[in-house]
Amino acid sequence: MDFQVVVLAGGTSKNLLPLVSKEVPKALLPVANRPVLSYVLEQLELSNLKDLIVVVEGEDAAINVGGWISNAYVDRLHVEVATVHEEVGTAGALRAIAHHLTANDILVVSGDLVFDVPPGALAAAHRKHNAVVTTMLCPAPVSGPTESGSSGGKDKIKKPRRYNIIGLDPSKQFLLHIATGAEVEKDIRIQKSILRAVGQMEIRADLMDAHMYAFKRSVLQEVLDEKDEFQSLKDDVLPYLVRSQLKSEVLFNGVPQTEENGNEKVSSQNNQAVVSRIMANASTPSFHELSSGYNGSTHVRRIHKCCAYIASESRYCQRLNSIQAFSDINRDVIGDASHLSGYSFSAHNNIIHPSAQLGTRTTVGPHCMLWEGSQMGDKCSVKRSVIGRHCRIGSNVKVVNSVVMNHVTIGDGCSIHGSVICSNAQLQERAVLKDCQVGAGFVVTAGSEHKGESLARK
Amino acid sequence: MPPQRKGAAARVSEDTEDLTRHPLQAILLADSFATKFRPITLERPKVLLPLVNVPMIDYTLAWLESAGVEEVFVFCCAHSKQVIEYLEKSEWFSQPNFSVVTIESHNSVSAGDALRLIYERNVINGDFVLISGDTVSNMSLTQVIQEHKERRKKDSNAVMTMVIKQSKPSPITHQSRLGTDELFLAIDPQTKQLLFYEEKTDSYRGIIPLDNALLGDNPSICLHNDKQDCYIDICSQEVLSLFTDNFDYQHLRRHFVKGLLVDDIMGYKIFTHEIHSSYAARIDNYRSYDTISKDIIQRWTYPFVPDVMFSGNSATHLEREGMYRASEIEQSRSAHIGPFTVIGKGTKIGNNSNISNSVIGKGCSIGSNVSITGSYIWDSVTIEDGCDIRHAIICDGVVIKSGAALEPGVVLSFKVVIGQQCIVPSYSKVSLYQQPTVEDSDEELEYADNSSGTVDSSITCTVDTLNREMMSETPASQLGPGGVGHVWSICEGAHEEEWRHSVAPIPADKLAEAIQSLEDDLELLNLDGNALSVSGELKSGCNGTDSEDDDVEDSRDDSIIYEKEVEATFLRAVNENIKVPDVILEMNSLRLSYNMTSADCAGAIFYAMMKQALEIPHATAGELRKSAASIIDAWNKLLKFYSKEIDDQIEVIMKFEEMCLESVKEFSPHFSQILHLLYDKDILEEDAILRWADEKKDAEESDKVFVKQSEKLIQWLREASEEED
Repeated sequence: MDFQVVVLAGGTSKNLLPLVSKEVPKALLPVANRPVLSYVLEQLELSNLKDLIVVVEGEDAAINVGGWISNAYVDRLHVEVATVHEEVGTAGALRAIAHHLTANDILVVSGDLVFDVPPGALAAAHRKHNAVVTTMLCPAPVSGPTESGSSGGKDKIKKPRRYNIIGLDPSKQFLLHIATGAEVEKDIRIQKSILRAVGQMEIRADLMDAHMYAFKRSVLQEVLDEKDEFQSLKDDVLPYLVRSQLKSEVLFNGVPQTEENGNEKVSSQNNQAVVSRIMANASTPSFHELSSGYNGSTHVRRIHKCCAYIASESRYCQRLNSIQAFSDINRDVIGDASHLSGYSFSAHNNIIHPSAQLGTRTTVGPHCMLWEGSQMGDKCSVKRSVIGRHCRIGSNVKVVNSVVMNHVTIGDGCSIHGSVICSNAQLQERAVLKDCQVGAGFVVTAGSEHKGESLARK
Repeated sequence: MPPQRKGAAARVSEDTEDLTRHPLQAILLADSFATKFRPITLERPKVLLPLVNVPMIDYTLAWLESAGVEEVFVFCCAHSKQVIEYLEKSEWFSQPNFSVVTIESHNSVSAGDALRLIYERNVINGDFVLISGDTVSNMSLTQVIQEHKERRKKDSNAVMTMVIKQSKPSPITHQSRLGTDELFLAIDPQTKQLLFYEEKTDSYRGIIPLDNALLGDNPSICLHNDKQDCYIDICSQEVLSLFTDNFDYQHLRRHFVKGLLVDDIMGYKIFTHEIHSSYAARIDNYRSYDTISKDIIQRWTYPFVPDVMFSGNSATHLEREGMYRASEIEQSRSAHIGPFTVIGKGTKIGNNSNISNSVIGKGCSIGSNVSITGSYIWDSVTIEDGCDIRHAIICDGVVIKSGAALEPGVVLSFKVVIGQQCIVPSYSKVSLYQQPTVEDSDEELEYADNSSGTVDSSITCTVDTLNREMMSETPASQLGPGGVGHVWSICEGAHEEEWRHSVAPIPADKLAEAIQSLEDDLELLNLDGNALSVSGELKSGCNGTDSEDDDVEDSRDDSIIYEKEVEATFLRAVNENIKVPDVILEMNSLRLSYNMTSADCAGAIFYAMMKQALEIPHATAGELRKSAASIIDAWNKLLKFYSKEIDDQIEVIMKFEEMCLESVKEFSPHFSQILHLLYDKDILEEDAILRWADEKKDAEESDKVFVKQSEKLIQWLREASEEED
């Protein structure tokens, strides 16, 4: 059987308030006028991974997400939408849908990922080493999104934010150490035993766990069952597997890959070892085999492999998990990473839908998107911004570095900088917004000025 | 035009640098400041010990000469006379373009002292090579010196370049093939800067702690466990002044390197240079002596191999299977000499003797039916018929009488005689000198095991005279009839480690043990890790600072230290007759500094009191009880002060119980009496005793001994309390 994909689409993340709501859960937030989830689904489709389970937190969100998927992908992907309780964590979500998992290997992708790294490559790396877990690492953004947009100024002066501390073997295929969460800022603590086994370990602070993992299903399920305190894949399950790789505690349920094809077992396992060695194109066995080789006949130490797939620098990979990230990703997708959007840009490096109407002396700069049915008055200027469907924009309006969703009304003389305006919001005349978020349906009164505020209906 | 002038000036200065090019200098420490080669080094300095029949220092000097070093300062300390004498006789003083200068010292105890002395002499005037006289190498120095100089031009803080070499220690025994402890390095992969250096594991923990700040400056760090420190350092002059400025630096690695890496105040940097195809190794212990000897015989150190180097007076020829034979060997036809063996000049070998993988020096006489494997036999050794020698080091002038056998790992120092049929057990060290007693152990403690270089020489004098008289009356029993020499007892702690450093291969059972402990280690680590991951986040949240998973361990250590401190304080209080309030003051400060509860305090004080009672001489058990009673009486107030709460009192009882079970068994028969006494003195309330008894109800039988002993008292207390009710 092939890979089964679990897309963890989340629910209405608190980080993203007021952008998200029950009607627009995180997965459906528009990135260049497409739900962010579509980026994941499209990449999966490209890698021919079509058997998906989309896990959504909360009933309402699940209905909305399910509705959208069945509209957009009905004949292209085999998608099941599963609902889990809110705040169960990523591990909890998988635990809840465990009974749906049947394939040997499970690919777990975070639904808020905007990326162009082929998931197939990760799956292949996973299969090649017969690993228990393979995680995708991507170069950490240099001036990365900070936790909250407002405190950004200070953080930028500090050294680049660190996401993970990762230890790799010299061939950069095996994951030997990972520090996540709060551990990252503490001193690095490397297990001597694993360093002894490998001999050399490279510790990197410039890589980020991209929230795409391939798991061996039997192991994943066992770990989830045994360790019911584990909440998060990233912070609990992955570090646990990495830590215990030389002294595996997972039992592989007796025999791992033989549940379906029992009698082939002996030969296939031998072959697999040989094949994996050839494919690793190493004349010497990997350190896992070496380190267990000494044991002789007394008892064979159980080991498992944790692998890493490192996306090349040129690939794009970002998570939409904060408002800052939302703005950044939108800007990137219509800008530097425009190939992701799936649209063809005009000669001016922008997209103006044929049905959009522009007033006189209105300019739409490069890296902009103006979507169907939107109207703009005279003498407007749009720079590096996305404007959604059926927006009505008056005259003398400036929109810079912003995202305007659908059905937004903007009065004359407004100025919008670095802000996000959600659907159905209304900006009355001469409103000035800088670094603000305007929630769905909110009305910004005429002539008001806001800076760094989050405006939403109570 | 300023810029031009500047350029010109720079060029001039560069030129002058070139013009005043200093000759390449080296400091050779002819003293290892260690005691690993005892007892041999009591009589002869380590650098003069023969390595494949040539003194070690010759390898070092020959390499330095071939590598283009022009001036070598040989620092002699232990047995300096012997070293200087040897060098005077040798040809090293008469080489063109290679000058050897000796610097003698009698009171240096460490490499740090040596370098400080050399600094005072003011003889080094540029970059220099720092090595010890037990280094065997054939690497070329040009590249590393070039690198070092270029780095220096860019960054004047790059004071040292350390030579390292690929060598993966065994993951099982955690030591390299040279018998040295495993080494953990962190190196910046781009600049090759050394960021972390941990040699042996002072802490036996399974975790390498790396400072978070390291990653701040470098996006990636390479951690190595597969490198070996060659102990060849290219240093800048600053290194000497650094040693002078930091007068507490003793050991090159442990203090100097660590000092530079940990204190970044000075900003000095150390870089590494990895050699790939050439050889470099240092003889640190018997095992490396064995390994390096084999490397020489197998020609890894070419051109420094027996038949090429030092062939001056006695030609050695390489024969089939890596066998080297000097001239004038008398070998019986029936004797069999196996592969990888070196036989020195003028050695006689009798009938049916079998020698393999061994080095035999000059002028030895080996009888018939002798079997020698993996051993190093120096000059003029007599081995009589039928001896069996496996993996031993046998120094000059030793006589092994017929039928004797040496088990693996034996070291026989100079002129020892082993009697007939005697079997010398594994890892024995036999010398004509007696094992130095505790007198130098103080010094050793101070610098852990890396000190006491001069001790060798100083002891030699004292022991020498002593031994002149002792010699005749050696306890020969251990060494068989006619045996001469003292078998050194192996100290408690060292015994465990003996197999690690011995010439003998590691025995299978030790390997199995090591594997087992490795397994346990991993197991522990997994457990540790679990604890960390489950509550890791939480912990870091609540107390922020050092919520390591070894907290528990630390606190246990702490409480032991604390107990000792309390005991010492109490002892002083008794001896100096300090008043109770003052003692309480001191105890309080102790309690605060160790962060102990008052229950801990009560327990510790009680412990100290009982210890004190034990110190008072007593003939009978009754007297012991009396002295205990008197002490409790005298310090009643102190104990009361800390045992106000029931919990504190229970702690006192528990402590007492623990003492009676473990450390001070003398009190166990008096448990109930003393308990009663404490009750009478109002130190313990009846509640405390009853609750203690209750707690013990479900304990195991062995734990209940004392509850049973004091059953009467408990019974009586219970009844009394019921009556009250």
